[in-house]
Amino acid sequence: MAVKTQGRVGDLADNLGAVQARAAQLRVRFEAAGAQVVDVPLLQPADTLLDLYGEDIRARAYVTSDALRGEQMLRPDFTVPVVEAHMRHGAEPARYTYSGKVFRRQEHYPERPNEYLQVGYEVFDREDAAAADAEVFALFALQVRGLPLRAATGDIGILMAAVQGLNTTEKRKAALMRHIWRPRRFRALLDRFAGRTPVPETRKKLLETEGDLTGSAPQLGKRRAAEVQARVEALRADAKAPPIAEHELLALEALMAVRETVPYAIEQMRDIAVDLPQINPALDRLDARTAAMKARGVDVENLDFEASYGRTSMEYYDGFVFGFYAEARPDLPPIASGGRYDALTRQLGQGEEIPAVGGVLRPYLMVQLEEARA
Amino acid sequence: MTLKLGVPSKGRLMEKTFDWFAKRGVTLSRTGSDREYAGAVEGVSNMELVLLSAGEIPRELAAGRIHLGVTGTDLVQEKLPRFEQQVEELAELGFGHADLVLAVPQCWIDVDTLDDLDAAASAFRAQHGHRLRIATKYHRLVREFLTDAGVADYQLVDSQGATEGTVKNETAEMVADITSTGETLRANHLKLLADGLVLKSQATLWRSRVAKYGTEDKAALNTLLDLLEARK
Repeated sequence: MAVKTQGRVGDLADNLGAVQARAAQLRVRFEAAGAQVVDVPLLQPADTLLDLYGEDIRARAYVTSDALRGEQMLRPDFTVPVVEAHMRHGAEPARYTYSGKVFRRQEHYPERPNEYLQVGYEVFDREDAAAADAEVFALFALQVRGLPLRAATGDIGILMAAVQGLNTTEKRKAALMRHIWRPRRFRALLDRFAGRTPVPETRKKLLETEGDLTGSAPQLGKRRAAEVQARVEALRADAKAPPIAEHELLALEALMAVRETVPYAIEQMRDIAVDLPQINPALDRLDARTAAMKARGVDVENLDFEASYGRTSMEYYDGFVFGFYAEARPDLPPIASGGRYDALTRQLGQGEEIPAVGGVLRPYLMVQLEEARA
Repeated sequence: MTLKLGVPSKGRLMEKTFDWFAKRGVTLSRTGSDREYAGAVEGVSNMELVLLSAGEIPRELAAGRIHLGVTGTDLVQEKLPRFEQQVEELAELGFGHADLVLAVPQCWIDVDTLDDLDAAASAFRAQHGHRLRIATKYHRLVREFLTDAGVADYQLVDSQGATEGTVKNETAEMVADITSTGETLRANHLKLLADGLVLKSQATLWRSRVAKYGTEDKAALNTLLDLLEARK
């Protein structure tokens, strides 16, 4: 494609040596922090990534194939294969570091590199989640110290707790949980479950019927009549369920809008917890994490917290999330980012699971920002 | 140098394009035998006609090998990422109307909207162990549309022709395809989703932002633009 990629600053730029040196230095520091070096193949089976991310991953990753192994992807990140490797034969607890190239299609951002070095640090530890979160965040903050960055933090676990504790049907909660990472569909579901969206005429007609429906249309395709009927039953049951109460909805909306420094955010969310008491355990975990971060020297008084942070771009994170952004360069992706992904280990672990937290740095951006300063 | 205009080489699209230009004082014609893809232009000097497959025109515009091209909005948006940066729309030609739509079997009485589709896809995946398959040749457009709508648990399967038949053959559960009247969809017992219109397309004249324009090309382009303007 003849798209101009002028001004592209990646590993192929003339600062390649500096970027590699920075990556090597980061990895040595992560080893010094207790991590074991791991490597994973460049080519990853596409199935795992497609199962996890859905079709969206095709817009981000390069796909290739051969007749024997089928579709494979040039690794778009390390986290998934590192988790798989750990679940297969990792000892506990474990700390891993890696440094290598990842590949991303950049059709929407041609100025961004489509291959670049990533250095990561991942902690698999059952003992003390708050301490592990704080360890990762403090270690990353140390690596980017001196750069003009803004730290963003959040906690997907609080929103998940809020949804799971809603006073509504299990099916509705499951539907909302499934779309935690897709804010628009989440919003649409919430409006529907709260009775804010008018029921379309065709749906009204369907709901007025009873029993098995034998439509005039011929049976067609792999989605069988029984499946259609099961969903019709589910729709009828849902129509009978009362809407989500106004006070719960308002509290949930207030929660999603929280954006403050950590101490004020906690204060606001404790107020919201009067209407959503189910988030209190998650807030206790945030308290413990904040204390652990403070103990490691993080300036939590001035640290930003956004309750909705990480909902759009970090699909497997389900607890603490963080990112470091160049303040003067909103066009750049985060210089570093990470979070907790307990559910991912469950999904990839084939029956096993282990709490895990980690993150990655983009050394080429660090070098770029350093050079801009000099 | 000459200003190169790419036009679909076959069928009604070519004839209607010729008619459209003729009404504006530009005569396009095929030269030589019917099998030869060469053409002639009268009415604008230093302009050349290049006959191409409609599907290749977006790529040729993006590569700058042609300056102007007639092809559907659907093909431009499917084949060119950030198409606005690579091509400029000069005129809609008023024919070749086609909508890219999502269609499901009529027997899915529980599915009328994207919201329904998403819920059905979730249940389908749980039941069958694979994501709900949508047959299409418009991968980018459909994927971006569904991502934007927040629909999950689907997969796109490639279908370059007879797409409506994939449901009957059980190689896909539904389709995303081009339709002008919906006739073929109905004949195959499929129905449209109420909010499943991905794109409205018609034959459109595009200008490449990438191609190089010499003095003579610019003069030819201005002559052509004046002729088009006079008929607006």
